[in-house]
Amino acid sequence: MTPITNRFSAKNTVKAAIFFILSLITITQVMANEPEVATTNVTSDSVATASHEESKHEEKFNTSEVIMEHIADAHDWHLWGHTSFHLPVILYTDKGLEIFSSGKFDHGHAVHAGKYYNYKNVHEHIKIVDAAGNIDEAASSHVIDFSITKNVASLLVAFTFLLIIFISVANGYKKRGIAAPKGLGAWLEPIILFVRDDIARPNLGDQYHRFMPYLLTVFFFIWMNNVLGLVPFFPGGANVTGNIAVTLVLAVFTFILTNINGTKTYWSHVFTPHVPGWLYPLMIPVEIIGLFTKPFALMIRLFANITAGHILVLSLVCLIFIFKSMMVASVSVPFVIFISVIELLVAFIQAFIFTILSALYIGMALEKPHHENEHH
Amino acid sequence: MTGSIAAIGAGLAAIGAGLGIGRIGGSAMEGMARQPEAANKIQTAMLIAAAFVEAVSLFAVVVALLGNG
Repeated sequence: MTPITNRFSAKNTVKAAIFFILSLITITQVMANEPEVATTNVTSDSVATASHEESKHEEKFNTSEVIMEHIADAHDWHLWGHTSFHLPVILYTDKGLEIFSSGKFDHGHAVHAGKYYNYKNVHEHIKIVDAAGNIDEAASSHVIDFSITKNVASLLVAFTFLLIIFISVANGYKKRGIAAPKGLGAWLEPIILFVRDDIARPNLGDQYHRFMPYLLTVFFFIWMNNVLGLVPFFPGGANVTGNIAVTLVLAVFTFILTNINGTKTYWSHVFTPHVPGWLYPLMIPVEIIGLFTKPFALMIRLFANITAGHILVLSLVCLIFIFKSMMVASVSVPFVIFISVIELLVAFIQAFIFTILSALYIGMALEKPHHENEHH
Repeated sequence: MTGSIAAIGAGLAAIGAGLGIGRIGGSAMEGMARQPEAANKIQTAMLIAAAFVEAVSLFAVVVALLGNG
């Protein structure tokens, strides 16, 4: 019985540590929101000279605006208070390339005079403005924005973390051979084996080793970005997997892998389904649409799950500012901790679901021809 | 007014997902209680089925968000 009690006490210590870290995280989340409310108050004070009615309208805390600002991409990475990293803006205009720091925009208040045009940051979309300061929509539509935004920077951070972790683990295996792994390797080996034995093998059969690199990459990429997204301060805080462009690219990878590996049987299910001939004009379009809905669902599922989680946490924090009372914090902060714990689980489950569904779809494409008596 | 209608839509989506995931979870529990040795397989299958149900409701939530402007 002693090992069990030992494990229990270790579990309790881990639980206490997790609880402590999460409460720390939520406190910083609350604090990170405070300066913004202060700034809205300052701006409303300066507007207050206009008319009393209007200032009252301005003072109202706009929840959806605050939440959308936090989950959207940005040109600077907020650190604390009024300090933030100004990320580079890279624009490809019809006249040539423009590179400058996003600090030049002064959080959307200033117009930056570039080499070719004048630019302004309107809700994190960079627009060309004319001499009078009016936005020139026609010219702005020709600008392609290649900026290193918060999401791109966070992607690079996640990428660096993954490289450091996996190269050091791989080196450990090179040094020690196929012995019991140590350190990080001991932590990662069960997860990698989980991807192999519970995700790849049951769905891909004997060809699983061909797709292991892709499945492992996708799994750890999504997981790392989900978890980094839950960290409210600097190295995290971006909403990478809650950005539809990121999930779109991941889904397109699965789509391409599924269809280039499609066997004759797979394509025959699409173009000559087992239905009476007169149903073909109906069934073939449905089957073709079916090819696209699978990756589309993958894209929306990851995007919506992660975005919904972020919105939930932010709305609970916003309750404090809606009711303008510190007492609400005693209810909403424990709730935020509770949701954050669930989100840690969701971060893992979503990575798992994306990977297992990718494996499932690829496995369907690898289908071998059945024998005639197996038909149903 | 559009905001409140979008909220009703999101609420309806939550009802649907709640019913679906509740049924999946309940049946998985029953299955696991009957056959504890198959618990792992049932859990994996449960998660996949729950993900499909959830996806449909998340589509609805995304549409509600878009409708909210």
